[in-house]
Amino acid sequence: MSARTIARAAWRPALMAWRRLTSMRTALILLFLLALAAVPGSLLPQESLNPTKVSAYIKSHGAWGRFLGHIGAYDVFGSVWFAAIYLLLFVSLIGCLIPRIRVHVRALRRRPLAAPRNLDRLPENGSFETSASPEEYSAAARQVFGRRWRVERREEPSGALTLSAEKGYSRETGNILFHVALLAGLILIAVGRFYSYQGSIIVTQGTGFCNTVSQYDSWKPGRLAAEGKVRPAPFCLTLNKFTATYTSENEAKNFAAAVTYQSDATSTVDHHDTIKVNHPLRLEGDRVYLIGHGFTPVLTVHMPDGTVRTDTPNYVPEDPTTYLSQGVSKLQASKGANNDIGISGIFAPTAEDQGNGLITSISPRPSKPELSIFVYQGNLNYTGIPVSVYTLDTSKMHKIGAANLVPGQTVHLKNGVSVRFDGWKPWASIQVSHDPTQGYLLIVAVAMVVGLFGSLAVRRRRLWVRITPSGAGTAGSPTVVSVGGLARSDTGNFTAEFAALLERLTAAAPAAPAVELPVDDTVGAGRE
Amino acid sequence: MTVAGIDGSMAHLSDSVFTTAIAIYALAMVGYTAEYAFSRKVRALETPRAAAPARERELVGAGGPPISPPGPSVPPAVSVPSGKRTVADRIGRWSVVLTVLGAVVHTVSIAIRAIAVDAVPWSNMYEFASVAGLIGVVAFLGVLWKAPSIRQLGAAVLLPVVVMMFLAGTVLYSQAQPLVPALQSYWLAIHVTLAAFSEGALMTSAVLTILYLVKQHVDRSSAKPGYRPGAIGNLAQRLPSAATLDKVSYRIVAFAFPLYTVGIICGAIWAEAAWGRYWGWDPKETWAFIVWVVYACYLHARATAGWRGRIAAWINVAGFAAITFNFFVVNIVVSGLHSYAGLS
Repeated sequence: MSARTIARAAWRPALMAWRRLTSMRTALILLFLLALAAVPGSLLPQESLNPTKVSAYIKSHGAWGRFLGHIGAYDVFGSVWFAAIYLLLFVSLIGCLIPRIRVHVRALRRRPLAAPRNLDRLPENGSFETSASPEEYSAAARQVFGRRWRVERREEPSGALTLSAEKGYSRETGNILFHVALLAGLILIAVGRFYSYQGSIIVTQGTGFCNTVSQYDSWKPGRLAAEGKVRPAPFCLTLNKFTATYTSENEAKNFAAAVTYQSDATSTVDHHDTIKVNHPLRLEGDRVYLIGHGFTPVLTVHMPDGTVRTDTPNYVPEDPTTYLSQGVSKLQASKGANNDIGISGIFAPTAEDQGNGLITSISPRPSKPELSIFVYQGNLNYTGIPVSVYTLDTSKMHKIGAANLVPGQTVHLKNGVSVRFDGWKPWASIQVSHDPTQGYLLIVAVAMVVGLFGSLAVRRRRLWVRITPSGAGTAGSPTVVSVGGLARSDTGNFTAEFAALLERLTAAAPAAPAVELPVDDTVGAGRE
Repeated sequence: MTVAGIDGSMAHLSDSVFTTAIAIYALAMVGYTAEYAFSRKVRALETPRAAAPARERELVGAGGPPISPPGPSVPPAVSVPSGKRTVADRIGRWSVVLTVLGAVVHTVSIAIRAIAVDAVPWSNMYEFASVAGLIGVVAFLGVLWKAPSIRQLGAAVLLPVVVMMFLAGTVLYSQAQPLVPALQSYWLAIHVTLAAFSEGALMTSAVLTILYLVKQHVDRSSAKPGYRPGAIGNLAQRLPSAATLDKVSYRIVAFAFPLYTVGIICGAIWAEAAWGRYWGWDPKETWAFIVWVVYACYLHARATAGWRGRIAAWINVAGFAAITFNFFVVNIVVSGLHSYAGLS
């Protein structure tokens, strides 16, 4: 009834639970669960990949959709249950790995085991005779084993010499390396999630941005960046020119963004570079990517209040193959009620008239650009709540006209309103990513691969050679060599391997004597 | 129809050569099946057969696929007493010759496609299926080289290849096209090659595993009293031993799994350069992860008492099912960043 008894009573189930968790069986089941848990992450829309799809899915699936939302099915890889599986696996792996490392270190330090008494009971065995003395032959046999085998020579009480040879230690070394690297990789990924950030912004040709949170259209900070403990590197970047090239079939061939950047906001030193798909700009700690592109019509608008305004709205491609794009202009009047102008437009890089006044695009290449607009007048922002720059609320507006314009063309509408389509500029979608761990992660990944190759390609083998001297007194009788072998992993073609080795061991020995040779023991020992 | 940057006549030639390769494989399949049919009466087939004729070895060399160098000593066909060679045996030999010929023609079709598009020819589903199919055949020939007794499995190994190539040439077919900007990277050659190689090899492993399961099932039920072999029983009697099938399919996974791992890592490196992150749980990435985990399960199960054998074999089959899902369903149904199927 002592405290010790109680402690032991509590300890036992804990130990049992630990043993169960670290058993291979549990690890296997957890691995399976991990694969299974990943499946919904690929089949259901995911918050991290496409939030609009998620809300559409919830809307169309009612209670079921909301239920899936509650259990985190739209953020599988950030969900509690996914984390639970990999954390358990993590613990199970550590629990399995520590004793294995201990055992392996012991095996590495230990001398190869002494030869069993009966080598002919081993799965592979053979024997032959030689005229060489045991000393001589043991030296010759060592030569045969070379450097890949760890060889230990022992002398038995009977006078026989034995060689214990082992190879393939690097199989377990590789195995351990792989798993340790895997653990290190998981830790690095977790650390990366803390220190990383990612921002994206649409930049019209001729304009630029600085790497600060407030400037980004979308900002995905890691934990520390969200808390302001990791600050984005202070560089500024200007998009000088975006170039898209096309094949004669109007398929996109190449995209390039020529940029100028300063390494910090106060610096006046300009650096020039070109960002392409697959070729980001790598600054210290930050990478700048060219993710997408689109068109920005340039409009000159005469407002009802008499002012003249220029607008450059970024239009969003609706069709990925023809780049038919859509966008809006929102021009707030400087004076007077209901004098705001809203324009909703469709931009076709290569326009084709559909006959009914509607246009469509037949190619992403801007060879025959045309802009189709609806113009509204009224009150743009009557609620005062900020709304997306890509949508136009026309509930407090009325349509005052529509037109299809080619560059340079103007449409005159009532109330003195006119809209001129001056031309277009390209825009590029730029993404800035920061993750200080990824270089280390690559090193870890390489270590994983090295370990994996080692653990699957290297084979563990044990071999013993017993060299029995000629029977005492019966001078001239030959030395008997018996060999036995054991495959400790991946038997493969061990039979053939053993046969080849036995052949080489036999060849290393002078054949059984036809003529008796004087045996000089001191020479043999000296060779040793 | 011609496409800029594409040699149209070469693309056409590649298509016809591709069709020829399917025809040759189909013929070889008929051969393997005929060998099976004619050798019905032969019961004692457990003894390993003599290796394929020397002439076939030359063909393998000419085709250039990476086949293990000639082993220590493959007994030449001449050493087999001619009286022992049955009709079935001859048909079997010719089927192997046809398979090698098919692989050579298949390689030529891929090479011509490469010339036509002036890039590595595996940037869409059709091209990928073609390359993976070739690797499957080469893996089978490689195994055949080492263990001639698996020749009877020829039809079983060629069946999925022919089905996949047929689908590739019909449903999945896409015109030779120049590469879109996102694919213009040397990583395409590395990442996709590794995927095609490992998945082609894993396909052959899965076929052998299914045969292992059949063989093992028959072995167990034939031990029961009153057992009468049915059609499957007859087939199983001629299969190599369950242990051999298990060992060979494991060896293939042990070879292909590290390649698949390197393929995923190369994909991550490429994704970092192209999409701004090394991993983003894009559906294709997610399924690559699932496949990797399932094969990791297989390797562990094979080293675990109580899971070795039948359970491990089912895990292997599940792994290939995941690969198939990743190829067909994720490419065609699920949309993601890896949308290069070439189907519209």
